[in-house]
Amino acid sequence: MQIKLNGESTEIPEKTTISQLLTQLQFTPDRVAVERNLEVAPRESYNTTELGEGDQIEIVHFIGGGAR
Amino acid sequence: MDDQLKVADMTFNSRLLVGTGKYKDFEETALAIETSGAQIVTVAVRRVNVSDPKAPMLTDFVDPKKYTYLPNTAGCFTAEDAVRTLRLAREAGGWDLVKLEVLSDPKYLWPNNPETLKAAELLIKDGFKVMVYTTDDPYLCKLYEEMGCVAVMPLAAPIGSGLGVCNPYTIRIIIEQASVPILVDAGVGTASDAAIAMELGCDGVLMNTAIAGAKDPIRMARAMKLAVEAGRDAFLAGRMEKKLYATASSPIDGKFF
Repeated sequence: MQIKLNGESTEIPEKTTISQLLTQLQFTPDRVAVERNLEVAPRESYNTTELGEGDQIEIVHFIGGGAR
Repeated sequence: MDDQLKVADMTFNSRLLVGTGKYKDFEETALAIETSGAQIVTVAVRRVNVSDPKAPMLTDFVDPKKYTYLPNTAGCFTAEDAVRTLRLAREAGGWDLVKLEVLSDPKYLWPNNPETLKAAELLIKDGFKVMVYTTDDPYLCKLYEEMGCVAVMPLAAPIGSGLGVCNPYTIRIIIEQASVPILVDAGVGTASDAAIAMELGCDGVLMNTAIAGAKDPIRMARAMKLAVEAGRDAFLAGRMEKKLYATASSPIDGKFF
């Protein structure tokens, strides 16, 4: 099925959980945050939340930034 | 000397807050921050690079256990984007102390107060401790305090301009009527600017470009540390009165000429 991952259309297997997606992408869950369809996905839900067709997923982290 | 910055329920020995952007690399970022003595560092929230999961991350160089990460909403132009950003930041880091900054235009990066007010209200309801970036308007600054912001941060001058405290008069009024910490955020260019902000009675100064954009950022980080300390001491010491005419420092009595 297709999801939008950080703005890019991406093909992933049906019933992929957030945990599985992060593992597949090789990101450590405690270093990122995940948003699903504009709602923050709580960490506790990563193992149980299965992604659906057309989901908009954002994976973010902290980068250097400031008062500019 | 027991003179600590208190924000919400946290205390800090340093009154200099620094941004982590615009450095050459993560090594320089880390060294500049360490040299500045800052204990609070602002960070931005952005997409990971999906195709490069092993790329070094800021957290590898600037330890979130050692420094208080202050997630900010730099680049947000609406309340919605700012709230969304900080909710993700809270999930990523687990911190509820945040810097709210909503801007109105790309040229002056001027604070967008209508959207900032909306976002502050939502965030405070949602349990965030909000340090808010705003214009140097005494009434607005008081409003932010009354709605529950834990610190109010008026600009000294536009972000990245390095113009210093353009309006010491309003900054002074803002400080005079505040009962939460007032920090000058944005616009500081060099050490004397930071010292002036602190001499006016600011509780702290937040800067990024003044250090990162200096020819020698590490040395400027040290200069800023000293300037903030010097300015604070001068404020606490209470400066002498300004006078129109000279007053001799040496006694007239005992003159032999």
